[in-house]
Formats: sequence, C-alpha cells, structure tokens
Amino acid sequence: MTATEYKAGSNLEKILSTGTFVVTGECGPPKSADGSVIEEKAKLLKGYVDAVNITDNQTGVVRVCSMASGYTAQQNGVEAIMQMTCRDRNRLAMQADILGAATLGIKNILCLTGDHMSFGNHPEAKGVHDLDAINLIKMYKDMRDEKKFQCGDEMSVAPQLYIGCAENPFADPFELRALRLKKKIEAGADFMQTQCIFNLPKFKQWMEEVRALGLHQEIKILAGITPIKAAGMANYMRKFVPGMDVPQEIVDRIAAQEKGAAQQAEGKKLAVEMIKELAEVEGVAGVHIMAVEWEVAVPEIVEAAGLMPRPAVA
Amino acid sequence: MITAERKPLDEILELVGDKKKVLVAGCDTCVAICLSGGEKEAEILASELRIMAEQDGRAVEVEHTAAIRQCEWEYLDMIAEKIEAADVVLSMACGIGIQSLAEKFAPKLVMPAVNTNMLGMPQEHAVWLERCGACGECVIGETAGICPVVRCSKSLMNGPCGGSHDGKCEVTTPEKEDIDCAWALIWERLKAQGREELMFVNRPPKNWSKSSSGGPRKMVREEAKPV
Repeated sequence: MTATEYKAGSNLEKILSTGTFVVTGECGPPKSADGSVIEEKAKLLKGYVDAVNITDNQTGVVRVCSMASGYTAQQNGVEAIMQMTCRDRNRLAMQADILGAATLGIKNILCLTGDHMSFGNHPEAKGVHDLDAINLIKMYKDMRDEKKFQCGDEMSVAPQLYIGCAENPFADPFELRALRLKKKIEAGADFMQTQCIFNLPKFKQWMEEVRALGLHQEIKILAGITPIKAAGMANYMRKFVPGMDVPQEIVDRIAAQEKGAAQQAEGKKLAVEMIKELAEVEGVAGVHIMAVEWEVAVPEIVEAAGLMPRPAVA
Repeated sequence: MITAERKPLDEILELVGDKKKVLVAGCDTCVAICLSGGEKEAEILASELRIMAEQDGRAVEVEHTAAIRQCEWEYLDMIAEKIEAADVVLSMACGIGIQSLAEKFAPKLVMPAVNTNMLGMPQEHAVWLERCGACGECVIGETAGICPVVRCSKSLMNGPCGGSHDGKCEVTTPEKEDIDCAWALIWERLKAQGREELMFVNRPPKNWSKSSSGGPRKMVREEAKPV
C-alpha cells in the first residue's frame, strides 16, 4: 500500500494494514494543569504500544483535554488516539476540535457518546448530545473524504483521520450489539475497540455474530483488556460499573491470592492469558489494554504476551 | 398549555403508508385549544385523507374520534373500540398523548399527525408564545416573572448579552420576526418593581440535572397515593 492510499497514514493504520497484531494502550490525563503526568505515562508506554488512547473527560470527570494531552503524548514518542465524546461539545466544537487536532498532527480519533454527566463530578451540567457517536463518525468521515463540514460547506484542506469507535459486546439487548457495530461501519468507522473483556465465552459468541455478518473484514477489531490490580477492583466492576461483565470465577481467582503484590501478579497473568486466547479468535486484529491508573503494568504484560518488539513503522 | 402544529399532509400520508383502516384520533385538551388536534381538526384531517385516497384510487377507510385527554388511561378507554379496529391510528395529541395511546394499545401502530413544539400561551387569537422550558428549577422569582431559560435565546442566567438592541434579541424567529430580549424585559419590570438590585446578582451555573439533562424525569407524590 502506498502512502497516498492510507486514510490518515497513522502508525495504527499502517500496522493494522499489514495484518500485524496491534497493541494499543490508554492514558487518562490528570485532573490539574500538570502536563508532566501525560509525559510520564507516555514515556512508560513508549515502544510497548502502537498507539495510546487519550481519554476525554472520562466518566464525566474534568481532566486535561484529550487534544492537548494527545499532542503531549505524541511529543513524547507515543502516537495518540484522541477520544472525543458527544457529551461536552456540539457539532461546531467537535468539528473545530478535530481541525485543531489535525493541525497538531493527531491522526487517530475515537468517537464516543460519553458517560452521562450524572456519573461524574459535574452532575448538574447540561448534557450536549447534539450528535450521537454514529452521527459523529459520519461527520468526520465526510470531513475527511468529501472535504465537507456537517452543514455541507466545503473546506480546502481536509483533516486526515483514522476513525475509531467503541462497542460493548456485553451490553443488552445482546442481539443488537453486532448490528450496532454494522451501523458504525456504515457511518465510516475504520477501527473499533471493545469494552473490557472478562467474559471470554460471551465475547467469542459476539465475534461469531460479527463474522456471520462479515464485519471483521470491514473494520479492524481491537479487543479490550483491563488487567485487574486487586480482587476488590474486580468485585467493584462486577457489581457497580454499568456495562461490565465480570464473571464470579474471575473475582474468585484474584481473591484466592494474598492482597497486594500476589493479586497484582495474578491480575497480570490473567491479562496475558486472555490476550493469548483473544489473539486466536478469528477477526481480532489486536488488543487494547486499558490499565486504569496502572500504566506501569503494561510493558510487562505486552512482553509476557509475546508481543514484543513492536513493529517499527516507516 | 402544550402547543402543537399539524404535520404537512404529505408527511402524514407517508406515515399511513398502505394501511387500509385509518383512525384519526384527536385530543380535546391542549391541542384543541391551539386549534391543531381537537375533534374538529381530526375530522378535517380524516376528510383530507379520504379525498386523497379517492383521488389516488385507493380503497381506504378513514374514521375520526377524539379523547377528552389522550394522556390519561381512563379517557383512552372511552375510544378503545375504534382504536382496536384500526390498522393505524394517527394521533393528533401532543407527544404525551401519542405515547400514552401507543403504550396502552401496544403494539398497535400509532403515528404522530402533529409536531409538539412548546409550553406556551396564546398572545392573541391564533398566536402562541413559548413561556416555559420545564427545567425543573424555576428562577422567575428573581427575574421578574420572565423565564430566561426559554425566552432568552442563549438561556443566559446573567443577561442581557451584547446582542440585545432596542429591546430586541439578535436572533429572529424562523419567519424573520423580531423576538423580545428577555433580559431587557426583565430589567424593565425589575425597575418597575423597585428590585433593580436583582439585576446585579451574579447567578451561578444552573443545575441542569433537574431538566432533561438528568435523564427522563419522574414525579411521585407520596402523600397523594391511595392508601
């Protein structure tokens, strides 16, 4: 594939196009104007992931914006996947921000609806939700491919974007989950990342539906992995985090170890086992490792999963 | 009151599709008062549909009826027979009435024949103005009885903005008519009330979680529940 054939020419797009199993990570920006946090997280992940998601006011909590943080990550050697939620911006802001991100060299964008304000630290905020994630994907695709704003006006230089989306195979109604991915593909998504997978049989069942619809040939699917740091965290996710499906056996397996280092080691071991198993699933193009405030665990997991070295991209 | 406007006939015809037995269901409360969806308007729409069917050579049975209020289960019972007999019900009630009907008779095909547009009042005969956004936390005690949430185009809590000119808003109606600047009105009335100081209070950000931003709302009056 020549450079001109790429949609954005990001590392992520190039590596996915070669068929190499991709590894992406995740960075949460800080809740203050301390830019060094992203710098440090980027340095930690550099060389171990092909690109890193920069969250956008995750769980509705205000943090350094994903554009500035994404820029900082790229300055520190890690390609950014800038997250963009529909909760905080209307269509004007979402278009302005993507143009701004493009001028800063950000090429990967992940289009999300966003967690509801009621979960975050500003529950009294007005939710924008001018567009939904599917509208957002389509808007960015049209900006990239048609050089058109959402209103139809034309632009002289289009942003070169590799457009991502998320999907939760564990949300209900189950029979809609693969079909909703299809809608996102039709809207223009190039890659997708799943919600954290703990229930492998259910994920495999979802992938069967995805393959039956031929969707794995139309979009690059990255399977979401979250290493468990402690049994308490697993239990919390099982009971309280909406959309999470954590089987009791997983909680029990971690809880069987002594609190602290032993549980952490078991959590990493479990993550490695899951990555190896996911790599065998037809249609899975890579893993997306979401080590929430545990970025330091990522290099070890990637190494142990046999995914090093990461490919160099021209 | 809740106001609504009838949809264009072409759109209504599209919603009816090829259904053979059509019931036009009016509502004799808000939408009747704003001359959009009462029994009289239901009768007119039914005639229009019959004429269109005849012109196109389609065999369609069109009836009309009206509920006293489509948004209450009891009143829907009174027109149940006609609803059951129809292939499609074209409801002319507001969005609340349409959904009540659709829920009570689910999975009956129920289509909206009107666009519900606002909580408003008749300013003069056949003219309605928006007055309330149902935001869940009324502030007009401090704004001289004038709602800045829906009467200010930007929902400012600390207006007026720089677009206020001669008492008019920088935004015009879709018909390009002037809109009064809510904050100019508020200022004039506060002066008349001798409460000018309220204009200079820095009001904090509004709590939108009490509006639809907080998710679908539910009101329960425990003390009014039957024991």
